[in-house]
Amino acid sequence: MNSATVRTLLVRGMLTGIATGVLVFGFAYLVGESPLRSALVFEAAHETEHGPELVSRTLQETAGLATGVLFFTTAFAGIAALAFCFALGRIGRFGPRATAGLVALGGFVTVFLVPFLKYPASPPAVSSPDTLNQRTALYWLMIALSVLIGIAAVVLGQRLAPRLGNWNATITASVAFVVAVGLALAFLPAVNEMPEGFPANVVWDFRVAAAGMQLLLWASFGLIFGHLAERVLEPRTANAPTQQAVPPQAAPAPH
Amino acid sequence: MAQSAAPPAVAPDAPLTLPVRAILPWAAFFGILMLILLYFVGAEGGTAAVFSGEGVHEWVHDGRHLLGFPCH
Repeated sequence: MNSATVRTLLVRGMLTGIATGVLVFGFAYLVGESPLRSALVFEAAHETEHGPELVSRTLQETAGLATGVLFFTTAFAGIAALAFCFALGRIGRFGPRATAGLVALGGFVTVFLVPFLKYPASPPAVSSPDTLNQRTALYWLMIALSVLIGIAAVVLGQRLAPRLGNWNATITASVAFVVAVGLALAFLPAVNEMPEGFPANVVWDFRVAAAGMQLLLWASFGLIFGHLAERVLEPRTANAPTQQAVPPQAAPAPH
Repeated sequence: MAQSAAPPAVAPDAPLTLPVRAILPWAAFFGILMLILLYFVGAEGGTAAVFSGEGVHEWVHDGRHLLGFPCH
């Protein structure tokens, strides 16, 4: 197990990211574009000045959306594959598939869910361009904080495990994560720029679509990459059922 | 979780780990590459711009909103 294994896992992670990106793009196109279009209708009706259209709406909804989604999923899948390499065998006695599932869960919670609670995805026209710099900085700061707190919680859990046992150590670390994240959520400045009369159902639909995309991304990454990683790391056990598991007198299982 | 009851010698079922030495070069290079990729999807043309104009921002506009990044 060496650098070549890491490279193989990284490549498989990024391939998983591309496959996942196709799924997420399909979901985003079918579910996310509808509220986005409604928001653009609101924007067009309320905006006084409008710059020249650099990219047509048709391209933005298809090729542009696909580019953004595929870059995003491939990048995060690559990072998650590297996180998997670190996590494997270090976060408990989990095999490759379970480890991939836990890394995916951690990615969903820290990279998306926690920042989303404070600075949720917003359709066009609900935010002021004047505060873009501040909002961008806060959003990336929230992601960084959430990931760092998550890593700290995992390390804390590992340190406590010999004394408290795995179950209690996991609970303690999870509670510590929730408290630390809660403090960050409470003290970071809020952003509320919703314009008067913006349809609430459009915001809700948009945020459900955004959350669905992330859920789809991380869930399918965990499942697909877990399968691929297991084939790299445990080729024998993945290909054939273990012999010892079969009792001697057991009748052949019907297929 | 089952604490291993096996003698502390080399447990035959010791969990497989990858040495950090083997991971770090990949993490350093690809980690930064991935972050640059994310920057173009998430922030290029809004707060900072490597390329002039709004081309990148307009191209990934829908994805940027739906992926949760702050936008206009």
